[in-house]
Amino acid sequence: MTTLEKLKEILSECKGEDLDITPETTFEELEFDSLDKVDIVMQIEEAYDISLGDNMQLSTVGELIAKIDEAVANK
Amino acid sequence: MAENRVALITGAGRGIGAKIALTLAADKTDIAVVDYSDEAAAKETMDALSALGVKAKYYRCDVSDYSAVKTVVDTVVKDFGKIDILVNNAGVTADKLLLRMEEADWDRVLNINLKGCFNLIKHVTPYMMRKRYGRIVSISSVVGMMGNAGQANYAASKAGVIGLTKTVAKEFGPRGITANAVAPGFVKTAMTDALSEEQKQAMYKLIPLGTLGETEDIANAVKFLTSDAARYITGVVLKVDGGMYI
Repeated sequence: MTTLEKLKEILSECKGEDLDITPETTFEELEFDSLDKVDIVMQIEEAYDISLGDNMQLSTVGELIAKIDEAVANK
Repeated sequence: MAENRVALITGAGRGIGAKIALTLAADKTDIAVVDYSDEAAAKETMDALSALGVKAKYYRCDVSDYSAVKTVVDTVVKDFGKIDILVNNAGVTADKLLLRMEEADWDRVLNINLKGCFNLIKHVTPYMMRKRYGRIVSISSVVGMMGNAGQANYAASKAGVIGLTKTVAKEFGPRGITANAVAPGFVKTAMTDALSEEQKQAMYKLIPLGTLGETEDIANAVKFLTSDAARYITGVVLKVDGGMYI
């Protein structure tokens, strides 16, 4: 499963509906609030056994994928 | 037929927790009993729950153990499919005047009574958030509002439960999760049964309604706060104390 596919799964579960996302999709479009973002980051951290920190300033899905891939590579 | 709700109740093996479990079970709620004592001690409760025709399982866990609580919560969700209701009831006392209170007395009571609530809320809320529904009730005490000589640790832990509850109500309200506290006064238990008549009379003088509470009085308050009738109530402390603290 690619990082994008895994992220699609996590974001869809959080939203409670099937989301169609691409690396260009912005979090603003997806209308996630701060609580959702904390939940999403925690799920990603658990899924990949990585730490992303609390203060990520991300605008697109692609930026999050890059962060995840970087953290996984540095494990 | 509507699907049963699922409640995880700590300290449900006996006493007030068992009464809460039986009261919710009588209202079509499946029960995950979480208790530190062994299963044999909770056998009577488990048998009574089964007799009510609900699904009930026993989980042995020290609520002050962060990772053990996570394991139990994940297991309960695997076994029951969801958690709709969390009742933080597990609690202990280690009463001494502060001058004689040891660090270990303080730590034990705070770890079980307050950190235990945090541990459960921390691990249950992710599941509730995704369902956009949850009912959390934590058992505080009027002692947490009025203080009580000999109970610095217990009173502090129960006051802490109130602060925790109000914060959880604010953080998780947007996800359809309510958080409330029930604050019992003196409740008739094995401990109060052991008091002399003279001690009991002195206690009654503090209570405008003139009698001790029963475990069912506490259970009924929990039942109300977890019901649809209380859907617009969050962040409250419901005193069930016969007017002891007004």
